Amino acid sequence: MAILEYIVGRILQMVPVLFGVSLVAFLCIHLVPGDPVQIMMHGRATPEVLATVRAELGLDQPLPEQYLRFIGGAIVGDLGKSIIQKAPVNEIIGERLGPSLFLLVYSAVLAVLFALPLAVVAALRAERLIDHSIRILGVVGFAMPPFWIGLLLMVLFGLVLNWFPISGYGDSFVEHLWHLFLPSVTIAVFLAPLLVQSLRSAMLDVMTADYIEVARAKGLSRRRIVVKHVLRNAAIPVVTVLAVNIGWLLGGAVIVEYVFAFPGLGSLLVRAVGFRDYPVIQGLTLVFAVIVMIINLLADLSYMAIDRRVLRR
Amino acid sequence: MTTTAPLLNVAGLCIEFRTGDAVVRANADVSFTLTAGRTLGVVGESGSGKSVLCRSLLGLIPSPPGFVTAGSVRFEGGELLGLDEAGLRRVRGTAIAMIFQNPMSGLNPVWPVGDQISEGLRVHRGLASRDARARAVALMQQVGIPSPEKRYDEYPHQWSGGMLQRAMIAMAMACEPRLLLADEPTTALDATIQDQILALLVELQERTGMAMILVSHDMAVIAETSDEVAVMYAGRIVELASTAAVFRAPRHPYTLGLLGSIPRNTGDTRLRPIPGQPPNLVELGPGCSFADRCVFTSAECRVTPAALRPVGPAHLSACLFPERMTAASA
Repeated sequence: MAILEYIVGRILQMVPVLFGVSLVAFLCIHLVPGDPVQIMMHGRATPEVLATVRAELGLDQPLPEQYLRFIGGAIVGDLGKSIIQKAPVNEIIGERLGPSLFLLVYSAVLAVLFALPLAVVAALRAERLIDHSIRILGVVGFAMPPFWIGLLLMVLFGLVLNWFPISGYGDSFVEHLWHLFLPSVTIAVFLAPLLVQSLRSAMLDVMTADYIEVARAKGLSRRRIVVKHVLRNAAIPVVTVLAVNIGWLLGGAVIVEYVFAFPGLGSLLVRAVGFRDYPVIQGLTLVFAVIVMIINLLADLSYMAIDRRVLRR
Repeated sequence: MTTTAPLLNVAGLCIEFRTGDAVVRANADVSFTLTAGRTLGVVGESGSGKSVLCRSLLGLIPSPPGFVTAGSVRFEGGELLGLDEAGLRRVRGTAIAMIFQNPMSGLNPVWPVGDQISEGLRVHRGLASRDARARAVALMQQVGIPSPEKRYDEYPHQWSGGMLQRAMIAMAMACEPRLLLADEPTTALDATIQDQILALLVELQERTGMAMILVSHDMAVIAETSDEVAVMYAGRIVELASTAAVFRAPRHPYTLGLLGSIPRNTGDTRLRPIPGQPPNLVELGPGCSFADRCVFTSAECRVTPAALRPVGPAHLSACLFPERMTAASA
């Protein structure tokens, strides 16, 4: 079966990438000039303490052995211990992974909901006033710094109107939706213009295709042509834009996380870098890489679901 | 012999394309009638206005830049020009259907072929999915697509060009149109497939009694299929008569040139191409637009407007001096 073959093939392709990524994550601790343990301890530790930490991190072992230990641990979910928090890295990351992924998916869904009608209107009224207005709106949304949009939304909807909470994560799914609304909108305002532009231009492209003229000659309504014959074809480049940006936002949402005092992976990374907490940095590098790979896999599967020509090699 | 009311009556059709300051007259004063069950062949070079003519009948010309500036198109007694989108949708795909030049790009790559054939039945006839599928499978059988039940769910990229054109024909025939517009239906196909597709069109026409407008740049295709021929040049019909009359005794030098450029495998006569290029439609002079390439041309040809007029029984020509041709061949 061609479809199954395709999926298995795509998953198998991930294996060498994963290997490369693990190598990079592992080596990042050794890229530090000088003695990583010295730097981690900010140069204020006695030789005895340094030796203890070095042994704790396994840095006194030969390099290949260190890598095997690292990869062996990673496979069973053991990413070592944080130097600062003295807790297992997988627990520290695990605590924030859920909220971060929630924020990411929520933002992406909102961005698509914003972008879809705007892009369709812009494409159907291309080069008219409404199209130009949507473009300007997009430029403004994309150009405004996220912390500024976040603060504006917070002041208006959080403090003045009191509709949404301005921080936290909540305890249930519905509460998550409620708490993360403003941060997600902030990210969506940045993301939506990218989607509008790519969907608009893809739609304009598809609308000149021969099969669209054939569909018109068949007597189909404009609505049916747009929904059935244009949008599906135009979705492919949009999936690409979305996938690339979601991967980036995983760590890039840090400003929004700070503005809304939200416990996400981005702020964890920034803090870990600040404290030179290498086990956490390593762990996050690996987790980010795996998530980006999963996002790419999902994008590939979407291409296949949209257009069967993908299966032809 | 009883006279039947024409199925289609096109009168004085003028279509312009406006881009920036330039105005291109893609169709100028085009008039003809078509009786039910008959085939009109429209022949001419690229850019002569054949495809624009076809598209205008279904309101498929994008506007802007295209504008119908004059004329009327009466189909079964009703005027088609000026219909709104909803009115056009009731005609498109049901009363008048169209097939296109390039079947490879004419089907949507993301939907199965069968689904696109049955779509018209679901939309226009309100058939349920299962009934539409059964009807589409029958249509696929009729147009010579082997094992249609199995191929219904295949995608366009899995099919050959000839099979895709058969699918396009099945799609056009779905709602039993009274008029089929075929815009260069065989141009993109291999020579052997061309003949099969033409034979299929003729067979379907005999079976259903529909009328057909067959656009081609190829006189041989027209000879094989058409009852009447309209020869187009620079947006005008320059000769209009029965196929037999046009092939036996053409009354326009351009038609003569087209006939001279058909390859024949009898004798050793070389092909005689028409010298020169078609005129730029933006810069047409007042006279006959073929004057610059015509072997019989004279000074009057460049200044006197050349309108289509009777030159024999049921034979129209826009040549100002058709007698020069007869004199030359005699």
